[in-house]
Amino acid sequence: MPITKDTVEYVAHLARIDLQAKELEKLSRQLEEIVIFIDRFKELDLKGVSAASHILPIHNVLREDAPRPGLCAEKALQCAPQKEGNFFAVPKVIE
Amino acid sequence: MNLNTSTLTAHELIEKLDGREITLEEVLSGLRERINKIDPQVKAYVRRNEPQAAVNPAAAGPLKGIPVTVKDNICTEGLNTECCSHILEGFRPPYDATVIRKLKSAGATILGLKANMDEFAFGSSTENSYFGPTHNPWRLDCVPGGSSGGSAAAVAADEAVFALGSDTGGSIRQPAAFCGVVGMKPTYGRVSRYGLIAFASSLDQIGPITKDVEDCSLLLGVISGHDPLDSTSVDAPVPDYGKSLDRDIKGLKIAIPKEYFVEGMEAQVKEALEEAVSELKKLGATVKEISLPHTKYAVPVYYIVATAEASSNLARFDGVQYGLRIKSENLIEMYKKTRGEGFGQEAKRRVILGTFALSHGYYEAYYLNALKVRTLIKRDFDGAFKEFDCIVTPTSPSAAFKIGEKVEDPLKMYLSDIYTISANLAGIPAISVPCGFTGDNLPVGLQILARPFDEGTLLKAAFAYEQATVWHKMKPKV
Repeated sequence: MPITKDTVEYVAHLARIDLQAKELEKLSRQLEEIVIFIDRFKELDLKGVSAASHILPIHNVLREDAPRPGLCAEKALQCAPQKEGNFFAVPKVIE
Repeated sequence: MNLNTSTLTAHELIEKLDGREITLEEVLSGLRERINKIDPQVKAYVRRNEPQAAVNPAAAGPLKGIPVTVKDNICTEGLNTECCSHILEGFRPPYDATVIRKLKSAGATILGLKANMDEFAFGSSTENSYFGPTHNPWRLDCVPGGSSGGSAAAVAADEAVFALGSDTGGSIRQPAAFCGVVGMKPTYGRVSRYGLIAFASSLDQIGPITKDVEDCSLLLGVISGHDPLDSTSVDAPVPDYGKSLDRDIKGLKIAIPKEYFVEGMEAQVKEALEEAVSELKKLGATVKEISLPHTKYAVPVYYIVATAEASSNLARFDGVQYGLRIKSENLIEMYKKTRGEGFGQEAKRRVILGTFALSHGYYEAYYLNALKVRTLIKRDFDGAFKEFDCIVTPTSPSAAFKIGEKVEDPLKMYLSDIYTISANLAGIPAISVPCGFTGDNLPVGLQILARPFDEGTLLKAAFAYEQATVWHKMKPKV
């Protein structure tokens, strides 16, 4: 059993996604089937194979540390669901 | 002038605009009429009922003001860009994606309507859109493919001159095949991803969906090139792709991977491919069978790598900076409720799978090992391209399937990308061109793959094949 309902519930919490009981049921079933399918690469011997973290041979892309125009606060905030002055507003974090 | 401009390609329109046979106003109004007439059935565009002006009918530059259709995940300043997701509802980007900026400076008009897609490009049928599915213009009860299904259906139904899609595991090529049009995923790094709302950053590329190969070369030339705003875009010269269109493929060395013929390929797709291969031979190419031994691991590897990256990329949708927010007194609760309500089923499935693959205790077995298998898949291609110029396969194991047929079976849906996923994992360019029809009058696509940054050879082979066949001239009777 590669992935159980408890695991899905825990991972959904890590991913900050609320799941309804019915959704959790269905997702757990589907994910179990998917993970069993994915497990087929476990049959490969991967000793000594390097991980392809990136497909292109480019490394350490740097640019001049020079100021350039960016978005002004007004534009950056134009789609905010809630704002106060020049800030995004969120529920109280510190008691 | 009584010409039906909506059936013309971009290069035909440019020629007629240059010769003053037609005006840009006729082109724009012709397209508007066509959309109004056809789109209530096809539903290639979203938010059709909102008045959205076309942006920048500049008319200057090589594209002469011709309108381009843009997928809903590419940022267009001032025009809604919502990835067809509830969670991004109302998002109007404060800036243009680099491809949009390039198109505007080449004189393109950005169409005010955006093309439908699977939510966040998660899907192969465009059924995962918050706005509802797009219908295949060849058969309205079938899917157009996905995730760029809106772009492909619009081009096929003459509701678009040409279009931009994005391709993470086949999202340009598979819908192009299902709709009987041309679609290309460029080499990873060829086209800037700045302003493309990220799905899987190591796999995503923007690319053209067009009525023929010449338009593909035209659009690719405009959007390609290095961009300091995308550190993975490569600083390599962009060739004049028009020069590849010489119909001369004598001596071109083509390989056919035997692993692609093992399971699940429909008989009519196989027949169409065999005919295409004999056509390529007639044109002077040599064709040989090869082995890409790690092919069967591509789909499993993809669904770890792509979902892991997606789980990280989609963390930004939390109800703070843009889009939907479900109010709560508690911040964590606000995140969870917003994402629970705002994401569709497939988005939840993928974010949870990706989070699982990266979580403590599973990271090595899944994510790290997937990256190692990715190396093996890349090596398969490196080996093949030492001896061959191109690899030829079907784009998809089947033609378009029925709407609703695979929605309840995600694994079956994932397997419809079995032939396209490897190109994204290896970072190589690939194109799909129409190569025939099934008995149900549904288009079949031929996929051609080439070495990194060798889009020229792809276009060369695709153009020679296209010009020797009639498939690109067929139109759906919608």
